[in-house]
Amino acid sequence: MRTGTVAKIAALCALGLSFISSSYAADTIKIGAIFGITGPAAYLGAPEDKTARMVVDDINKSGGILGRQVQLIVKDSGASAEKAISFAKQLVDEENVVAIIGPTTSGESMAIKDICQSAGVPLISCASAETITTPVAKYVFKVPPKDNYIAEWIYRTMNAMGISKIGVIAANTGFGNGGKAQLEKYASKYGITIAVSEVYDADATDLTALLTKVNAAGVQAVVNWSIEPAQSIVAKNMAQLKMKAQLFQSHGFANIKYVEAAGEAADGIIFPCSRLVVASELPDSNPQKKLLMKYNADYKALYNEDASTFGGHAYDALTILKAAIESAKSTDADKIAAALEGIKGFSGTAGVFNFSAADHNGLAMDSVVMVTVKKGKFTLYQGK
Amino acid sequence: MPHAFLLQYFFPGLIYGSIYAAVAIGFNIIYNATGIINFAQGEFAMLGGMIASTLAGLLPLWLAVAAAVALTAMSGVAVERVFLRRIARGGVLKMIVTTIGLSILIREAALLAWGESVRTLPFFSGNEVSSVSFLGANFSPQVFWVAGATALIVAGLTAFFKFTLTGKAMRGCSADRDGASLCGIDPDRMVAMAFGMSAGIGALAGCVVAPLTQTHYAIGATLAIKGFTVAAFGGLGNSGAAVIAGLALGMLESYSTILIPEAYKDAVAICVLLVVLFAKPTGLFGSRAASLKEF
Repeated sequence: MRTGTVAKIAALCALGLSFISSSYAADTIKIGAIFGITGPAAYLGAPEDKTARMVVDDINKSGGILGRQVQLIVKDSGASAEKAISFAKQLVDEENVVAIIGPTTSGESMAIKDICQSAGVPLISCASAETITTPVAKYVFKVPPKDNYIAEWIYRTMNAMGISKIGVIAANTGFGNGGKAQLEKYASKYGITIAVSEVYDADATDLTALLTKVNAAGVQAVVNWSIEPAQSIVAKNMAQLKMKAQLFQSHGFANIKYVEAAGEAADGIIFPCSRLVVASELPDSNPQKKLLMKYNADYKALYNEDASTFGGHAYDALTILKAAIESAKSTDADKIAAALEGIKGFSGTAGVFNFSAADHNGLAMDSVVMVTVKKGKFTLYQGK
Repeated sequence: MPHAFLLQYFFPGLIYGSIYAAVAIGFNIIYNATGIINFAQGEFAMLGGMIASTLAGLLPLWLAVAAAVALTAMSGVAVERVFLRRIARGGVLKMIVTTIGLSILIREAALLAWGESVRTLPFFSGNEVSSVSFLGANFSPQVFWVAGATALIVAGLTAFFKFTLTGKAMRGCSADRDGASLCGIDPDRMVAMAFGMSAGIGALAGCVVAPLTQTHYAIGATLAIKGFTVAAFGGLGNSGAAVIAGLALGMLESYSTILIPEAYKDAVAICVLLVVLFAKPTGLFGSRAASLKEF
């Protein structure tokens, strides 16, 4: 009963506010953003938030979109699917945003997919699970590479290294379970045997018990699939257990802060991700290089920390949305969705995007490269 | 080599068990002095680790840890003086609700002060990749520090409560507040001291495990739940029992991963706790007189 009353009061207040703000909002373009700025996915959400603010400032300084200023409304979901749902409803029903970018995590993205789809508000997700855009939903897009690409890249590298028996550990989240499912699906295609496959709690602070079990199975490599601080703990625990197995991480590892937290234990980790973190090593002929170097430099100048691929996802989501609104010459949801499907050859931080009616991700397998850690720095993996 | 395989699980169990025990001892000290459960207990462990990680850049590690323990102990006293004594005077329930509010307040303040990023302390001996071998099992040398700190806490507390006048006065105060007051003991001072001690113990535990488990602003809530579980499991108010219960729970969580996915180890712990509390509501070693005296 009481929550009902509170909801009514809140609705009335919102109504009042929308009258006040509508006069000034008439010529701005409102874009909603849901990021896990705090909480377990903070190393993803915080750079996304910082990047989104930076990009919107740049857009507004150079004249906005279609001559209109952009108003970015950022919500911190703390990587909680429940909060993402209520923020998505708020952005759609009360703020009447033109589109939503984010959420940060796969679990949140899946939770709000239907809200955006049924309200007819374009969503450009910053999460990677293949299921976000498969099957295709008219208004739902995503910019990070699909997790099946990541799984296949890991297996290709294993084939080259002669690894055939592995253990898979993953956080018990949408991202972790999604990755684990892809690894299990593609294992036989690459002749890989998964001896142990298990999930752990996303808040885990020590994984020696689990890794003991993995080690006892006699695996040649361990694949860890998570975005949480546990990524650094896995590396430390494997060193402490004197495990000989090669550690692979998912693309969730592509923030240098995870390397700093793991210290010396991070050296030698191999993981697939987009070219952003190794931009300076790319040949000048690479179509992405100029953009990546500029984004890295701008981000570092503004926030005094290294850019990560996650901030890059927010960059891609906003610039792609801008391109779509400009080519649609309208903020009408149907026209934006159609324009998004028409974007081809668009150079972003995650790769070159070629969207279509059947592909709402637009990235190809070659948008991903293998990266390793050498003396606390990311560098392109060159094989053994 | 199955014996080495089984032995290997002992060490994570020891780490989990030690930190749970230290947090549970903190619960018990405050419970004995005031009759309340201080739900901000986990936050003290968080503060210890976070303060030490900040100071470690400026001071030698041992000094950073000592300063973190002292500062956290002082904040424990401040919490009691400022919030519990004035706002929540009168009523155990009111005080407990206040501690829940305090835990949220401390957590949010830590988020503002340190941000969302994960921090670690340098390993006390060796580094991330150091490892000690024992009968075929391998573990980080930090395990010695964790177990040592817990042993030190238990031995120190035992000596304090048995042999020092202040310790005896605190025990007297928890046995009979009015009686102790008549003997010239100031109960308010004892309660403040209990908060200081329990915050300091939490902070020390938070520091010794930080190199292994990493720390961030939000670890307090989980630790408080585990610590409370252990305190209830052993018997509220009994610090020796808290160590046994803590180690038992830690071992159970560690060894349960042999059969059950790691993600469900918390469920295993809670199930065992429920069974124990159904069978023996006062906990493993608790007496009826000591349990929930104010409720």
